[in-house]
Amino acid sequence: MSAAVEESFDEAGRRSVTLPFARIWRSGLLAGGTWLVAAALTYGLPDVISWGATELFAAVVLTGAGILLALSVTVHRLGSVGRTLVHYGPWFVVLGLWFAAWEVVTAKLGWLPKPFFSPPQGLLQAYVTDWERLLICIAYTGRLWGLGFFSGIVVGFAGGVALGWSKRFAYWGMPLLKLIGPVPASAWIPCIFFIFPTTFQASIFLVALASGIPVAILTAAGVSQVNRSFYDVARTLGADNRFLVLKVAIPASLPNVFVGVFMGLYYSFAVLVVAEMLGAKFGLGWYLQFNTAYSAYANVYAALIIMALICAGLVRLLFLVRDRLLGWQRGIL
Amino acid sequence: MSLALLRASFPNSIALDVDGVSHRYEIDGSALQVLDNVSLTIERGEFVALLGPSGCGKSTLLRLAAGLETPTTGAVLADGRPITAPNPDRILVFQDATLFPWRTVRANVATGLEARGVIREREYRIGEVLRLVKLEGFADFYAHQLSGGMAQRAALARALVNDPKLLLLDEPFGKLDSLTRLKMQNELLHLWKSGGFTALLVTHDVEEALLLADRVIVLSDRPASIVAEVRVEQPHPRRRDSANLVALRRSLLEKLGISHDA
Repeated sequence: MSAAVEESFDEAGRRSVTLPFARIWRSGLLAGGTWLVAAALTYGLPDVISWGATELFAAVVLTGAGILLALSVTVHRLGSVGRTLVHYGPWFVVLGLWFAAWEVVTAKLGWLPKPFFSPPQGLLQAYVTDWERLLICIAYTGRLWGLGFFSGIVVGFAGGVALGWSKRFAYWGMPLLKLIGPVPASAWIPCIFFIFPTTFQASIFLVALASGIPVAILTAAGVSQVNRSFYDVARTLGADNRFLVLKVAIPASLPNVFVGVFMGLYYSFAVLVVAEMLGAKFGLGWYLQFNTAYSAYANVYAALIIMALICAGLVRLLFLVRDRLLGWQRGIL
Repeated sequence: MSLALLRASFPNSIALDVDGVSHRYEIDGSALQVLDNVSLTIERGEFVALLGPSGCGKSTLLRLAAGLETPTTGAVLADGRPITAPNPDRILVFQDATLFPWRTVRANVATGLEARGVIREREYRIGEVLRLVKLEGFADFYAHQLSGGMAQRAALARALVNDPKLLLLDEPFGKLDSLTRLKMQNELLHLWKSGGFTALLVTHDVEEALLLADRVIVLSDRPASIVAEVRVEQPHPRRRDSANLVALRRSLLEKLGISHDA
């Protein structure tokens, strides 16, 4: 199926003129079909368990089906966006099937009971009814995460450079870092409550710690592993220590630093829930706990999906930054 | 009078004195003696080759001259002053090009100028030396995009841009294929003649030493001491099959413990 699509792409130049209607994106067509089925099942079968937003979800999926069907004939004209869509074609097919099956076993047949399993329409209902609160939560979490993550990686990076560069620093710092590293975030709560004047600062500290420690460890490893002859070369060329650190040690260890930043990004998201336990009034982590306490799992899943999407987006962004800074690695890796 | 004349004719060079130098490395608590009472004098503008078996301590001598290390006993002097730290007047070119992989060829060449804070005044030199080593078309390439010979030429340019008065070469062509090596030897000779710097080349290639150097100093196995010293009077360009060089080659090989008949 996808081979046929790729083939028609490879020969785009020749075929597009002679046979414009022969070039149909078959996955797109099929996906439109599966989405149509999902919409029909959602709308046609009665809800055994009421989750709300039945018609709305059916309408959304129907719209999706319409777009996919339209794309199945026009996607070849969309250039690189089109190519990306074609690449994920099979996913769209499966997504439609998944919507249909998910609807049927939850809302329509009730095999998976409320409140533990929410159908997609339940998630939609959560977004529709609670979007204002969710937006506020995203903003609060964004502020906490932004402050925590960036202060964490800055301090972690600076500490990592010092640990990797200075033997004395490493002598005292490395054991401490190894001791602190594996301590779970929640274990810090008693003592950070005492140290920090406000719970917000305490929360920032937890996020910063989670993101800073992997950065520090990997930066230290990176700096200490720099090929000694780079230093020799730079020194014979007249470099002082400052030059050696800034222009040799740091760029040489940057690939390692980025591994640390990626790890820090994931850890910082994982720690958000704990960080927002500390007297926060809004925030995605808080939202998860609050709704878990009320068994509003549809809202929990809805917020989890938002967190996953934000995290994926940030990872994507970080890849762009990395590719920009580490362009010289292209062709080595 | 003669000294003044020498100074005038080689203003861009340093005289190097190695005075009774012995050197030891401490490795896991045991001492490894690499140099044993080595003394030699290299005049301004001279091209001297250090010849010896692999791992005999030749490279250590270069590291001492570069100021990367200080000798356990004895002294290394540049124009009569003891060498205690690296100085861009004396630049070491390593066996591996050791280009900084995150810098382009141009940025690699600029390293010394940047480190000394003279990049703004002397930036024009980068283009000049890149032309000199025939890399002007590769200024924006990264190290991994270069061939071995090109990388080594870039390393040479990175040294030459600082106008070194003493160029220390640690088997710079040792890892190149033989054709590239011949070409690079000629280029080095050309650069030395036009640059007027003092050159100290470490090699284990007898032919390379004879083709390039004014004087060949033969070192023993570790700990290295001076076994012999041969002056090569032949003018450049030298032919490797000239009777004189063939005879010198035989005698050098004998001094290295390799008989020609064996």
